Amino acid sequence: MTEYLLIDLDTERWLCRVCDNDFGDANGNYKEGTLVYDRDPREIHQPIIDPEKYEFTFSPDPAYCRILEFYCPGCATQIETEYVPPGHPPTVDMLWDIASLRAQWEQRATDPMVAITYGPGEDVQRHTHTPPQTPISR
Amino acid sequence: MTAIYDHESKSLTAQEQEWVDQFMDDTTLFLGPDPEIMRDHSITARTQFEEECIAKGIDPLQVDRIRKRLAGALDEGYEMCEAMGAAPGAKWGDLTTAIYTASGDVTYLSCHGVIAFSAILHHPIRYIMKYWKDEPTVGIHPGDGFIHNDARFGNVHNTDQSMIMPVMRDGRIIAWVAATIHEGENGACEPGGMPSGSETPFDDGLRMSPFKILERGELRRDLVTFLQHSVRDPKLQLADLKVKIGAVQRIMERVDKTIDEVGVDAFVAALRITVEDVEEEVRRRIRELPDGTVHFNQFMDSTLKENILIKFSCKVTVKGDKMTIDLRGTGPEILNRAINSPLCSVKSMFMQAILAFWWPDLPRCTSAMSPIEIISDEHTWADAGYDAPMGQSLQASFRGFSALQSSWAKLQFANPEKFSNVIAPWFNQINTFLWGGLTQHGDQVGNLCADLNGMPGGAKAFLDGEDAVSPLFCAMADTAEQEVMEEEVPFMQLVSKRLVRDNMGFGKHTGGMGYEMIVASEGTPLWGFMTVTSGAKFSSVYGMFGGYGCGTYPLARVKGINVYDVLRQDPSRFDLSIEKVMNDQPFEGGRYTTSHMGMQFDVAKDGELYMMSQGAGGGYGDVLERDPLAVVKDVELNRITDRVAREIFAVAYDPTTFVLDVEGTKELRSQVRSTRLERGKPYAEFVREFVTPEPPKDLPYYGSWGDDTDELTATVFDIDGPQRVTAPISQMPIIMLPDRRDLKVAELEARVRELEEKHGEDVRRKS
Repeated sequence: MTEYLLIDLDTERWLCRVCDNDFGDANGNYKEGTLVYDRDPREIHQPIIDPEKYEFTFSPDPAYCRILEFYCPGCATQIETEYVPPGHPPTVDMLWDIASLRAQWEQRATDPMVAITYGPGEDVQRHTHTPPQTPISR
Repeated sequence: MTAIYDHESKSLTAQEQEWVDQFMDDTTLFLGPDPEIMRDHSITARTQFEEECIAKGIDPLQVDRIRKRLAGALDEGYEMCEAMGAAPGAKWGDLTTAIYTASGDVTYLSCHGVIAFSAILHHPIRYIMKYWKDEPTVGIHPGDGFIHNDARFGNVHNTDQSMIMPVMRDGRIIAWVAATIHEGENGACEPGGMPSGSETPFDDGLRMSPFKILERGELRRDLVTFLQHSVRDPKLQLADLKVKIGAVQRIMERVDKTIDEVGVDAFVAALRITVEDVEEEVRRRIRELPDGTVHFNQFMDSTLKENILIKFSCKVTVKGDKMTIDLRGTGPEILNRAINSPLCSVKSMFMQAILAFWWPDLPRCTSAMSPIEIISDEHTWADAGYDAPMGQSLQASFRGFSALQSSWAKLQFANPEKFSNVIAPWFNQINTFLWGGLTQHGDQVGNLCADLNGMPGGAKAFLDGEDAVSPLFCAMADTAEQEVMEEEVPFMQLVSKRLVRDNMGFGKHTGGMGYEMIVASEGTPLWGFMTVTSGAKFSSVYGMFGGYGCGTYPLARVKGINVYDVLRQDPSRFDLSIEKVMNDQPFEGGRYTTSHMGMQFDVAKDGELYMMSQGAGGGYGDVLERDPLAVVKDVELNRITDRVAREIFAVAYDPTTFVLDVEGTKELRSQVRSTRLERGKPYAEFVREFVTPEPPKDLPYYGSWGDDTDELTATVFDIDGPQRVTAPISQMPIIMLPDRRDLKVAELEARVRELEEKHGEDVRRKS
């Protein structure tokens, strides 16, 4: 369903595509199975001009903006982020009709695990979770 | 605002109703926008004539030939506008040409240009058909042309002007052809046509409801004079009227030849069948999506006069072949700020996402959005009422684009049949300088820099996003040659199109980077700049599937210096960037300031520096999954700093040789993963601690707080200052923000009183 999430149509569970961690009922909100961290946006979008001298520095204002980081509790992959005002409830960003999803795939008569594609030509091959090619190293 | 009082209703007899209708027809004060037309984005039912044409038989090959002929004709018209247009926007491709059915449904748009227009120009055509066709003082004849710009009657925004002409055979309208150009200057309260400072609709400039300016091929000199008299750039107004007429007439010639060849019936049937085919195909594509709901919230941080937070909520629900877009929860309109948008403009940007990022292979027809239901509350900032200023309506409508473009990644991810890539959010702001004043040639002008078109792209599921590639609204737009512009306007871009380090959406694949611009004017008695952008406190675009969004963008200024004098004396000091100028403050005596990017017309003296940066595309995926070699390469190319490489991407390398430390990187990334597990809190616990019942006390906030409510929260101002109100939109009071200078004066007065009290001064004041 996303880069890091799949739905097991047999068990109706949200699973991590990296480590198979179970995030919970696929009829519900996968975020309930994540670990969440309230990140000060200045740590990610660091100032380019001096915050001692200026109010606007290329960094978001933490009194306006927080970054919620959602981690997989199994492999610590950051599966989602959300930019919200301080204290705003996280968004339930996806809710799927599992019965309908199952019926859709049964009608297609293909295996969703092999049918998903991400781009044209060789780019499809590049998008895998296999380790990258051996890099130059010392 | 119109107050509506419900009197006890009493039904009328048929005769009485007829009298009332007759009375209303005879005594209408004026014909404003027609809600019946303006709320409807669906195609019309087939007309009797279309039925008859289709009944005579459809030859798919002939329909295809007609479509291709039309596409060629429209592209020819487009290129004429681009080559001859006087408006900077025309030169960069911010325009479109289109052909419509007799009822006004867009059948085909030029290949290049702004796709959003395929969801908007049916409104003015329907208005013309409903009100002017049978109006004895107007009427429609061969060779007539209607002009229009007011978004209240159906437009992306008021800078865009259309020339709309009927295709007629035997006294019958069988189609329409139009050309629309982003003209820029329109006589608004600030030069350039999209004022950030408008506080009433009358500050927005020309308010052209559709009217006839071309009669049987002759341009009405009296009306042209009125228009020229109403704008700052009369040459532009006249020149581009002629350019659009020329382009439309050329398209009409091609259309005439096609009709002569295939006959009226086949031509009309081809237009109609194209529209219907697209609608049917869209239903099929919706049916292939998973049933469910994707919800995407955005928060904008500025009215362009002050910092606030206003929400744009968008919930897309798919069920079978039906799609619903629900905007409820979106913040209320602010009745004295320019950021409000009519719903039709937001819909046009929905269409931009649909036909550029969802299904770019489809013909650009009105029908591409027909099967989609849109739920929206009037008097929100994305569905503003007639009395709201809309000078910077793009602030809301571009959020409409982002809502659909971002949601699409989740809607289509699991779909085996894709018509476009999975892409993280595209940058969505107008980071450019608008300008106006007297040129070195003595002309009065007002327009903008093409850097608006340098929006960086979002990262893809398999590739980094492109740097400064194209605006969200026009894939083939040009960022222009600044040197060419300098022939016409009295300022230089001292720094143009240099990428700003670290300005990207971080992720497994990074969003495209944006560049900086530094401008300074010289040699003119009056010149000024404006900016019309939000996103200086709250990021404008976010990441996808664990990636991060863009940073925020300040407006930086150095006033009280003449950089040209400095550089003439010592050319070696020509080494400028926002980072260097603002951090090192190299120009003695200069006043160095930053502010948010809503700057109303600011008079620029010779050599004063104005600086800003383009944004960045959203990143895709977890930063710890980014290929470490790509990170090191970015450091080597000076695209990112060492700090970002180590702290964000957790990559170790030798900073002198740029050789990757494989083991060190593994160790760093392993540490970051452990830290995440330590600091991350289980969702339920996190929500308990993080979520508050209402926004922070001192934060002016507009929109639903959370998504499980039918009420909006808003900060309203009364004599005691800001008060927080929570109510459904129907009960929300009118929201007007105080003048920020009044607030500043009040703040300073309070400080004076505080100091007087502190020092025991007895000051008597009269009120």
